[in-house]
Amino acid sequence: MMLLIKNAKIVNSDGIDDRIKDILIQDGKIVKIGENLKSDGADIIDAKGKFVSPGFIDLHAHFRQPGQEYKETIETGSAAAAKGGFTSVFCMPNTKPPIDNIALVDFIIREGKRVGLVNVYPVGAITKGQQDEELTDMFEMRRAGCLMLSDDGKSVHNSHLMRMALQYSQMVGILISEHCEDPLLSKTGVVNEGYFSTLLGMKGDPAVSETTIISRDIELAHYLDCRIHFAHVSTKRSVELIRRAKTDGVKVSAEACPHHFSLTEKEIRSFNTNLKVKPPLRSEEDVAEIKRGLKDGTIDCIATDHAPHSQEEKELDFDQAPSGMIGLETAFGLGITELVDAKILTLPQLIDKMSASPAKITGLSAKGKIAEGMDADLTVFDSEAPWQVKAAGFASKSKNSPFIGKTLKGLVLATICGGNVVYNVE
Amino acid sequence: MVEWNKRHLLDVEELTKEEIQQVLDTAKSFKEVSSRDVKKVPALRGKTVVMLFFEPSTRTRTSFELAAKRLSADTINIAVSSSSMSKGETILDTARNVEAMNVDAIVVRHGSSGVPQILANNLKSSIINAGDGCRSHPTQALLDMFTIKEKLGKLEGIKVGIVGDIMHSRVARSNVVGLTKMGVEVTVCGPSTLIPFGIEKLGAKVCYSVEEVIKRSDVLMLLRIQKERQKENYFPSIREYAMEFGVNAERLKKGKKELLIMHPGPMNRGIEISSDVADGPQSLILEQVTNGVAVRMAVLYLALGAKE
Ligand SMILES: [Zn+2]
Repeated sequence: MMLLIKNAKIVNSDGIDDRIKDILIQDGKIVKIGENLKSDGADIIDAKGKFVSPGFIDLHAHFRQPGQEYKETIETGSAAAAKGGFTSVFCMPNTKPPIDNIALVDFIIREGKRVGLVNVYPVGAITKGQQDEELTDMFEMRRAGCLMLSDDGKSVHNSHLMRMALQYSQMVGILISEHCEDPLLSKTGVVNEGYFSTLLGMKGDPAVSETTIISRDIELAHYLDCRIHFAHVSTKRSVELIRRAKTDGVKVSAEACPHHFSLTEKEIRSFNTNLKVKPPLRSEEDVAEIKRGLKDGTIDCIATDHAPHSQEEKELDFDQAPSGMIGLETAFGLGITELVDAKILTLPQLIDKMSASPAKITGLSAKGKIAEGMDADLTVFDSEAPWQVKAAGFASKSKNSPFIGKTLKGLVLATICGGNVVYNVE
Repeated sequence: MVEWNKRHLLDVEELTKEEIQQVLDTAKSFKEVSSRDVKKVPALRGKTVVMLFFEPSTRTRTSFELAAKRLSADTINIAVSSSSMSKGETILDTARNVEAMNVDAIVVRHGSSGVPQILANNLKSSIINAGDGCRSHPTQALLDMFTIKEKLGKLEGIKVGIVGDIMHSRVARSNVVGLTKMGVEVTVCGPSTLIPFGIEKLGAKVCYSVEEVIKRSDVLMLLRIQKERQKENYFPSIREYAMEFGVNAERLKKGKKELLIMHPGPMNRGIEISSDVADGPQSLILEQVTNGVAVRMAVLYLALGAKE
């Protein structure tokens, strides 16, 4: 099967190609890039006037399967990913039961392939049942296709266990992603602790809950000379700690979520439970530092933390409603609107944060770049088109987005994964 | 008097100085009603007021109920335990069910901050906040202002000290916001661990010495200290709390002779307040209860007569 993308403005992390080119795809690979390519019998997509980038890669999403299929399934999550321009998604293991063994890893991979829209990579748990007590069988999960481990939803609180996890996972060759939150400091907090939690009388979750775990993990990674990845970094001080660690040569990488560079804690005044998220929305200074971290490379990539919840759950009060918001379908629009338009990142830099860099972090060497021989995972988009976020427009099973009603710039027109067109706006 | 245009009362923060004044003036005339032989006016005849309490509170509920009855409104009490919430019914389900019975006002108490706001966003009835989470208890703040003004003749320039668990107190937060708006100088006092971040930005001064606060205040407001805070390690022991922050007659000697004592109740006698202070000549605690009814009558009357 062949596909020919005509008249593409190719944008990679290292820049925008100064010539309009065609991309020929065969058997899931990019076989040729050049001007005025011809191919008999190939399906044709005309990308005239549009950008084509390597497909986006999300290191942090929740597809809720197995166990909470009323929120999302691998099928609906994959459709949301494709609509958002993502071709690879890492699914966090806090499912019911948690993905902590080869059988579940295998199930996620098989179900992802059966759905056949995007590449679905299961993230395995670090500890059995995410109970913070015993390590999971890492070698076995790695062999089954697991590239990353996380106890997302919580951190590994036992410091000895975290040390063992880092040392052991390094040998296995699997990356650990840490959800940084000290549960004893966060307690029952629902919003950032500070002026707004005081004003609104809401339980505060202090920034220091995130930074104590980041500090501990930086020290462990430094001591053990191991790699570690920090999920959804949200505070100014976190960025400063990671920046310093990188200067010191510690092997750390970090992601930030679109809502943490687009929204501040001020929004909570509306009591819209779709704004309840972990880590919580932070202050203006925190948001400014996240942007600075993205710009100077302290933060390597953008991940969505796509966290679907049902309407019934979000209709509870702020204390009881679950944390999280969906993000796959708004991530690119927010990247263009909040980062590229605001001159924080150039377009190629945004593509780096959403594709090349996450590919590099997880060792997906055939992804994250448009070049001959690479996987044919591509996103076609219009960087200027404005569009309004609508609840009815989401492909995700859940609609818990605080961006509903907002107008964003940057619209995904088509998504190609493994040479197949998995989303097309028309 | 200007026309009242607020259908809901969610927080004191949303009231202007003039609006607070208007509530206090209206309450004054309703207080007179409560002192008559026949304690009833027909102002809200034919209206239905529902007390929707997700958290038990006999005092506040009774006060609202009496206020509504003295205005000739029909009243219904609905106590919702948090257990029915866990059975899959959302707060909005419950409130929509109540509203479907054609009620005019819902007086709501909930343990989570923002619930009255969420109801106001989604329902047509007047929503009156009877206390939400640690956020707001607007009628308590209004009745406290009413009580102070009645005693001292003014609010502007008065010095009020609030002592206790400031962090978890909706009464403290509403009073800091409301009183400072009226030109009162508010100082909050309590263990540093129970003083929330950024309270100064709301206009309050912070002082950790209860004796200092006694010395400089015209009015001292004491808050109930919850014993479970000690279990959460906010302070070492109830004993030490009582020694450092408790107010007794001996300690009161450090202050002005006419220093007034208030407490929103229920009290922990012997902990934050000794009986000789609670029942002493400087105490306004029972007057607060009396005034609560008048202020709640004013709030219901204004909200249900609001023009939008
Ligand atoms: Zn997380």
